[in-house]
Amino acid sequence: MTTDFAVRLCNISKRFGAVQANDGVTLEVVPGAVHGLVGENGAGKSTLMAILYGYYQADSGHIEVAGRPVQIADSEQAIALGLGLVHQHFMLVDTLSCLDNVMLGAEPGFFLPTASRKTRQRLGLLMQETGLQVRLDVLVSELPVGELQRLEILKALYRGARILILDEPTAVLTPQETLQLFETLRRLKALGTTIILITHKLKEVMSLCDAVTVMRAGRVVKTCAIADTSPEDLAEAMVGRKVNLGRQQSNLALGEIRLSAQGLKLVNANAVTTLADVSLQLRAGEIVGLAGVSGNGQSELLEVLSGMLAPTQGRLQLGGSQFDANAWLDPASARDLKLAHVPEDRQACGMVMGFPAWETAALGYHEQTQLRTGRFGLSMNQPLMREQTAAMQQRFDVRPRDVELGSSKFSGGNQQKLILAREIAQSPTVLLVGQPTRGVDIGAIEFIHQQLRALRDAGCAVLLVSSELDEILTLADRVIVMNGGRITGELAIDECDETRLGLLMAAQADLPEQAQSAEAMPA
Amino acid sequence: MNQTLPRWIDVGLLPLWNLLVALLVTGLVVLAIGQSPQQAFALLLQGALGSARGIGYTLYYATTFIFTGLAVAVAYQAGLFNIGGEGQATFGGLGVTLLALGLGSVLPAPLLLPLLVLAAAIFGMVWALVPAYLQAWRGSHIVITTIMFNFLASSLNVYLLVNWLRPGGNMSVESAVFADSARMPSLHSLAAICGWELPSSPANLSLLLALLICAFVYWFLWKSGAGYALRVVGSAPRAAHFAGINPRLQVLVAMGLSGALAGLAAINEVSGVQGKLTLDFVAGAGFTGIAVSLMGRSHPVGIILASLLFGMLYQGGVEVSFEMPGFSREMVVTAQGLIVLFAGAMASVSKPAFVWLYARTRTQEASGG
Repeated sequence: MTTDFAVRLCNISKRFGAVQANDGVTLEVVPGAVHGLVGENGAGKSTLMAILYGYYQADSGHIEVAGRPVQIADSEQAIALGLGLVHQHFMLVDTLSCLDNVMLGAEPGFFLPTASRKTRQRLGLLMQETGLQVRLDVLVSELPVGELQRLEILKALYRGARILILDEPTAVLTPQETLQLFETLRRLKALGTTIILITHKLKEVMSLCDAVTVMRAGRVVKTCAIADTSPEDLAEAMVGRKVNLGRQQSNLALGEIRLSAQGLKLVNANAVTTLADVSLQLRAGEIVGLAGVSGNGQSELLEVLSGMLAPTQGRLQLGGSQFDANAWLDPASARDLKLAHVPEDRQACGMVMGFPAWETAALGYHEQTQLRTGRFGLSMNQPLMREQTAAMQQRFDVRPRDVELGSSKFSGGNQQKLILAREIAQSPTVLLVGQPTRGVDIGAIEFIHQQLRALRDAGCAVLLVSSELDEILTLADRVIVMNGGRITGELAIDECDETRLGLLMAAQADLPEQAQSAEAMPA
Repeated sequence: MNQTLPRWIDVGLLPLWNLLVALLVTGLVVLAIGQSPQQAFALLLQGALGSARGIGYTLYYATTFIFTGLAVAVAYQAGLFNIGGEGQATFGGLGVTLLALGLGSVLPAPLLLPLLVLAAAIFGMVWALVPAYLQAWRGSHIVITTIMFNFLASSLNVYLLVNWLRPGGNMSVESAVFADSARMPSLHSLAAICGWELPSSPANLSLLLALLICAFVYWFLWKSGAGYALRVVGSAPRAAHFAGINPRLQVLVAMGLSGALAGLAAINEVSGVQGKLTLDFVAGAGFTGIAVSLMGRSHPVGIILASLLFGMLYQGGVEVSFEMPGFSREMVVTAQGLIVLFAGAMASVSKPAFVWLYARTRTQEASGG
C-alpha cells in the first residue's frame, strides 16, 4: 500500500528505571480509521500515547505523522501536528464556563470579549458540523459527565485535532451515554477524523473499531483488522492465557436475612439529599449488585451501611443488633458484628499508603487481642502481623510477595487483592464491596470475581457496588439500581439486560438533558 | 516519575548535604562581613566539642532540644503541627516550681524528683490539651491556637512570678530558690561520686531521662497499638475513619503526649540548671524543637542527632561571639536560621537532583554491566 499512515510509531522503546514500559512497539494507524489500543493496566498503552503526545521522549524509535517523520518535544507541538488527547480524567476547570474552558490557552486575541465572541462563533460551526452539543455558558461543575466528555472532544477539535486519542472514554458513562458517544465518534470518522481508542472494554472495540492493537508487558502482541478477531481472542492476547469472565450461576438456596436497612435518608452538609428512602435486604448466599452511574448515592449507601456515616433517618438490623439514626453503627462495631467492607476508594480508605504491607494488612483489626502482645496488650504483635500478611499475600496471589513493601508500591490490582484478603480473612457474614475491580487488570479481575463467588457460596451476603455494568451482570444474583439517591428498580438477574438497567440508571436526572440535546441536535 | 531513593541517601546523605549547603552559605555571610569563616568554624567546633566543659554545655542544650523536638515529632506523626512547645514548656516549668516550692522541704530527692518529672509532663499536657480539644471538637486550627497559647503561657508566667511566686524583698522577677532535693543532680556531681573529675557544666540527669523518653517514643509510635492508631490518623485520615479509629480522640492523645514531652524540657532548665523559675527560661527552645524535628525526620534517632547539632551551634556560637570581636551573637542566630532553612524547611529541595543523579548512576551501571 502506498497510502501514508495518519500516525506511525516505529519501534518505540521506553524504560523507566527497571521497568521496560515500551519495548519495540510499532503502531500504524490508517487515516480515517478507528484504531483500538487494548491491554491490561501497565501494558504500556498510556506510556505509548504519552510519547506520541510529547509528555515523554522515547529512548529509541521514531514517529511519523501523515507520512513525515516528526520530533514531538511537548504537547504544544503535538497539538500543532493535529493530535488531540482526551484524558480519562477530564482536564477541565470546574469554575469556568464551557466556552472559557475551550478558549483557555487558545485565546484568539488579547481582549477577552472579542476573543470569546470569535470562539463562540467557531464553536457554533464546529458543534453543528460534528453534532457535539454542549451548553457553552454553563459552568463545568454543573454539567453531567456525558456532556463533559463532549466538551473535551470539542476542545481537542477546536485546537485543530485531526487525530483524536481517547483514553478510556466510557469509564464514567451510562450505557446510553456510551451509545451517544459512539454515534458521535462514527460521525467524526465520517468527517475524516482518525481516532485512537484506548480501552479495556473489548465489546466497545468490537463495535466501534476498524483495527485493533493489543499490548502486553510493553510489547505489541497482536495487530489485526476487527473482522479477523473476537472478544475471546483479544482477551486471550491481552492476558496471555484463556480467561473466563462469564457468569457462574449460584446453586445455593437463599439463606436468612443478614442485613436489613429501612428508610435510609441522608442529607449532606450542603443540605443536598444524597439518599432518599432507601430500603434493602441482604440474604446469606447472594450477591446483590448495586448499579448506577457514579455519584447517585451508591458511595453514600456503602458508607452508611458500613458505619462510616450516620444517616439522617432510617433503621438498620445487622446480626441481631438494631440501630437507628440516633445511635448508628460505627465501623468498629460493624467489624465485631462480622460485617466487612472493601471501600470504593481503596487508596485513601482501604490502606495507608505510607505504611508497609504488613501494617496496612491490620487496618481496622489492630484492636484484636491476637494482634497484641505484652503484659497489658499495649504492643502490637509484629511478627504475627507479618506472618498473617505473608499468608494473605500467598492466598490471594498478591505480587510481589513482600510484606515490607510500601502499600503504595503495589499495583492497583494487588492493592485490591490485599484489601480483599484482609477483609475475607475475618470470615465475614456480610461483605460490602465497592468498585472491586476499578483500575484492576483482567487477570486480577478474574481472580477477584472468583473470590467473591466463593465467599457467596460459603454463605456470605455480598453487596456489590460497581459502575461497570458488565461486572454486575457477571456476578450479581439480584440487581438494585440507584439514581439520584433513590432505588429506581430491583430486578432478578434473569430480567436484566443493559437497556433495561440503563433506563433505570438514567431514570430521572438525565431526562431533561436528553430532551434538550435532542432538541438542539440538527436534523 | 520515580521519586524513590535508597534509605542511606534519603536519611543519611541528603541531610548531610543540606547541612553542608547551610554551612557554606553561612561561610559566605561571614566572609561578607569581613571575618574569616575558617576561624569562625574552628572556634565553633572548639567551643562545642573541644573541652569537657564545652561538651557538657552542648549536651545540656541538646537535652532540651530532644524534649521539644520529640514533642513536635509526636504531633507531626498524627498530622498535627504543634507550634506551642514554648508555652507547654513554660507551663511544665510552672508545675515543677509549684511542686518544688511546696514539697521541697518535705520530700527527699529520690521521691521528689520523679514527682517533679510527672508534674512537668502533666502541666505541659494540660496546656496542650486545650488547643487539642478546640481543634478536635470546634475546628480551631491547632497552629493558630498553639501559637496563641505560647503568649498566654508567657503572660501567665510573668503574672504569677511578679505577684505570687517572687519572694518578698527580691527585686529580680524569679521564684525562690528550690531546696536541694528538688534539683536534678548534675552529671559532674554524679561523676564525682564515682570518683571522676569533670569540670562543672549544666548537663544533668535530665539527659538520661531524655534518652529514655526517646526509647519510649520510639516504642510508642512504631511498636504500640496506640501509636499505630495515631500514625494512621496522621498519614491517612480517611483510612482511620474506615478503620474505626476516632480521629478526635487521637488528636487528644497526640497533643497530650506532645505537650507532656515539651513540658519535660522544664525539668532540664528549671530543676536541672536554674533551681528556680525565671522569666522566659524556655528561650526559644520550643521553636528550635520544630527545626530539630524537621531535620530529624520526626524520628527519635534523627532527633537525637539534630539536637546534638543544635546543641553544638548554641554552645559553639556563644564561644565564637566571645572570641571574635565583631562576630556578634546575631551572626550565630543567622547561622542557626540558615541551617533551619536548608536542613528543615527546604529539606527536599535538593532531592530531585539526588534522584536524577541516582537514576543516572543506576542506568550507567545497568548499561555498563
